[in-house]
Amino acid sequence: MTAILEVEALTKTFGGVVANDRISLEVPEGTIVGLIGPNGSGKTTLFNAITGAHPIDAGRVRFQGREISTLLTQAIARRGLIRTFQQPRVYRRMTAADNMLLSTNVRKLGLASLFAAAGTKERERALELLDFVGLADKRDTRAGDLSFGQQKLLELAMALMNDPEMLLLDEPTAGINPTLIDRLVDRLKTVNRERGLTLLIIEHNMPVIMGLAAHIYCLAHGRLLAEGPPQAVRSDARVIDAYLGAA
Amino acid sequence: MPHAKIFGSSRSLLVAGLIGLGLLAPLVAPGHQSQLTELLLFIVFALAWDLVGGQMGYNSFGNVLFVGVGMYASAIVQVGLFYDVGRYTEAKGGGTQFLFDVPQFLTGLGFGILVAAIMAGLVALLLGSLVLRMRGHYFAICTLGLGIAAGQVAAGIPWIGGGSGMLTPNPPAALGDVGLLLYYLALLLALATFATFTWLLSTRFGLALNAIRDDEDKADAMGLATHGIKVTAWVIAACFLGAAGAIYGNLVRFIDPTQTAFAGATIGVWMILMALLGGSGTLLGPVVGAVVFQLFKELFWTYLLGWQRVALGVLIVAVAVFFPDGIVGFARTRFGRGQRSEEDTAAALKEKAP
Repeated sequence: MTAILEVEALTKTFGGVVANDRISLEVPEGTIVGLIGPNGSGKTTLFNAITGAHPIDAGRVRFQGREISTLLTQAIARRGLIRTFQQPRVYRRMTAADNMLLSTNVRKLGLASLFAAAGTKERERALELLDFVGLADKRDTRAGDLSFGQQKLLELAMALMNDPEMLLLDEPTAGINPTLIDRLVDRLKTVNRERGLTLLIIEHNMPVIMGLAAHIYCLAHGRLLAEGPPQAVRSDARVIDAYLGAA
Repeated sequence: MPHAKIFGSSRSLLVAGLIGLGLLAPLVAPGHQSQLTELLLFIVFALAWDLVGGQMGYNSFGNVLFVGVGMYASAIVQVGLFYDVGRYTEAKGGGTQFLFDVPQFLTGLGFGILVAAIMAGLVALLLGSLVLRMRGHYFAICTLGLGIAAGQVAAGIPWIGGGSGMLTPNPPAALGDVGLLLYYLALLLALATFATFTWLLSTRFGLALNAIRDDEDKADAMGLATHGIKVTAWVIAACFLGAAGAIYGNLVRFIDPTQTAFAGATIGVWMILMALLGGSGTLLGPVVGAVVFQLFKELFWTYLLGWQRVALGVLIVAVAVFFPDGIVGFARTRFGRGQRSEEDTAAALKEKAP
């Protein structure tokens, strides 16, 4: 299996703080990989670095074999690497349906396609995906009026609407009702299995990530602490120490 | 959805009614013809401002720049097609030297409006590529500066009359009532603006503008070509502002660089006020705002002369306090449509299932 995303010795500092210290990781195509670590360990910073939200100080990021570490956010997104945010980011004053309709894959469409209304096919797909995350009833609700958890689900649906090559999910289950979490996990597994979508997921909910990911990376204090299959990482003494604060 | 249908048919009825009213208005109230023409141009100003300010969330305080560019571009074309512009402005409007016959005047006006739109669009393309990289109050202040600077630049060019301004060509007497012609041109432009924007906002482009307003970084992260979209929107708005400026110049006849063309303190502020008054971020809002504004402005200027600006200030405060979302925004939250029911959803999902 080839790696769709390769991060090599990525370093990011903010003044004297080394938020990401020579981090290397690989995500094989079509898999689900987890990224865990205590608060402030540099997980979201790594997402920001990969997606071009801020320039990196050293290292490389390759997506589908091509260097992307010098590209801007928009260019990276256009290659099919889409992320969601820890604090859900949706177009707050637009309806859920409009949020979806605008999230269609723009990299396969030119500027001219902007000057057309969304087609029936797109509308159906938008409704389908909203239904997929359980928000079909809310399609005419302004996204900003949705609850935190619903906004996270909408953001996920928007990301799927974009038909990406790979998704970076920042804590997809945070703030989501426990009964919904199971459904969400199920949905993520489904898109991975049926569409072959590669997922890199930051998650604090251990049972969730252990159940989802085939491979897990653990960060602590900006460094890669451990990696391996879920069982191995879970029982790794360094990981347990990092979470309990002994490290 | 019976609701939607009622809304739909009442809307087209409303539009038809307004067009009819627009066609008849100068015949019914010939004494107010120039105020009505001004109103139609104000509608264009407010709509164009709101495309970028309301729909896209980029509050430009310098849109008057495009009005001014259009005004000058048109006047230069109208004169320049037949005479030397430098000598025309030197003669302060011409007297008996610079006469325009009917075909000359009409050709000049037609090309003038067209060139005005194109020039304003080009200026927007050039400036927009730079200033639209700024956001929030940085963008607002920068555009404010651009509007003021443009007036000073224009005042410094002797070829177009410098500080003493420029006159648009004297309409030939044989043409009859030019005011009526300008009125219908303004009506045509206002309708074209409204129709274009209605279409534009029904496309994905319209959604993209709203998305940029709501969360530009998110739009970026979803791969939308945000900068190109922003510049395009500004160029479109500028084209309409330029065309409106061309007609406005011919309406007022005398183009003063800072008081008429690049009049930031009056037209520049008014167009924003009209959009906010009516309801920014809506299509109908700027239209309603322009009507209400022009009505109040004329009433204040007639009955409260001396205090007209105070009265206008009170109006602004009243709007900000009682209608923060504008008249249309207020009406929409008060009488708006509710959410769809679960049965609706089930039906919609079932419909598309094979």
